[in-house]
Amino acid sequence: MAIYSTNEFKAGLKVMLDNDPCAIIENEFVKPGKGQAFNRVKIRNLKTGRVIERTFKSGETLEGADVVDVEMQYLYNDGSFRHFMVLDTFEQYQTDDKIVGDAGLWLKDQDMCTVTLWNDAPLAVTPANFVELAIVETDPGVRGDTSGGGGKPAKLDTGAVVRVPLFVQQGETIKVDTRTGEYVSRVKE
Amino acid sequence: MLATIRRFFSERAVLEVETPLLSQTIGTDPQLEFFTTEFNFPPSRQTLYLQTSPEFAMKRLLASGSGSIYQICKAFRNGEAGRFHNPEFTMLEWYRVGFNLQQLMDEIADLIAEAFAGQLSSETQRISYQDVFKLNTGLDALTFDYQAYCAYALDNQLPEAIDICRHDHAIWLDFIFTHKVQPELGKNALCLVFGYPACQSSLARLNPLDDLVTERVELFINGVELGNGYYELLDANEQNQRFDREIAYRQQNNLPPVTKDHRLIQALEAGMPDCSGVAIGLDRLLMLLSNSASIDQVLGFAVGRA
Repeated sequence: MAIYSTNEFKAGLKVMLDNDPCAIIENEFVKPGKGQAFNRVKIRNLKTGRVIERTFKSGETLEGADVVDVEMQYLYNDGSFRHFMVLDTFEQYQTDDKIVGDAGLWLKDQDMCTVTLWNDAPLAVTPANFVELAIVETDPGVRGDTSGGGGKPAKLDTGAVVRVPLFVQQGETIKVDTRTGEYVSRVKE
Repeated sequence: MLATIRRFFSERAVLEVETPLLSQTIGTDPQLEFFTTEFNFPPSRQTLYLQTSPEFAMKRLLASGSGSIYQICKAFRNGEAGRFHNPEFTMLEWYRVGFNLQQLMDEIADLIAEAFAGQLSSETQRISYQDVFKLNTGLDALTFDYQAYCAYALDNQLPEAIDICRHDHAIWLDFIFTHKVQPELGKNALCLVFGYPACQSSLARLNPLDDLVTERVELFINGVELGNGYYELLDANEQNQRFDREIAYRQQNNLPPVTKDHRLIQALEAGMPDCSGVAIGLDRLLMLLSNSASIDQVLGFAVGRA
């Protein structure tokens, strides 16, 4: 794998730090006029999602991490593993719930999503920004309800619970923003 | 900004000068990387250096009797690019004959006040390096207590400092100062930090009453380092020894070799008048005046687009 020097630390670069794959978020060059040069770097650990700050002496290097984002289709959940497939190659990957994490709440069979691979093994799963899911359970609306007002919880077919406006009914399909977990609109079948 | 600066010095009868950017010699400071170029003049080829500051040439003018002088010029520092750095930048440097560090600090405060024309708090903070370090970290900057510095790094989520700084007092000070002290300096005001530790003396003279500190001052506004000044070292022997020490350090650490400025040593031997001098980065000053987040915003074309 390539070696990167502090000057090459750009946002998005994937490197190995403390044996974990990480992504550079921000890199600030710090140098007193008459002193040692440092790089103050903000890094996200791709395994844990945690963001840390770390300082390097300018010119230090890190090894690149073999991390790639691949578009895959979510196939099914066999109870202990979830299965994904690259549509072009039919290559399949399986992951456990620890790696899928909260993304599991938004994954519907056959939907496309992004799987982050580290050394060809799934590291993280990111659902599409917007997904369309069916409501399997919600309180019936009362006549006269409009889009204004408080809303009510609705359980979706993936198990996620989102707040929806009062007029939205059980059985309907809705569009949800997976980044915020918020209802966007109803979807006409 | 440039007009204000020129008027300021004109009113004080300080002469504007110009010295070479391209020179046969260069400073020995191991922390300053320089650009070299070739002067092709058949049959000879000679290495010339782009100046990291006009300091040596201006001191030679002072020694030849110029009186107080200032210069606005480009300076070049290799390997420096970032939000506050561009390898080519504009510097204001001035020397006041007969001024000690206190008088120079007064004049710096006057100039900054005029440049900001009321946008900045008129209260200039003046604090010694030792005090400001103690205030922000609880550590003593002048005596190197390795255990205490390490404990501080661990307590402040900076464990990497231990590997980076090892047993080098100067690097420890740079690390802790840039991370934990500097961001606190000069909240919408000018902050002058004086009395730098002797290991960070550069070209300042040592304090005659306390050889742990030097007659060096740094300027900060909103956590940004703006400039650096000295009560100038006049002793040719001492200067020569510091050059030799830094040249030896360069050799030990595989840094590019330098050509020592013998003409500066000769000028000091001939006698440079008692004086204080300071250099201010004008691009950073302009950043502060225009509330710019990055030096790119105040440059026509930063190095990435030059």
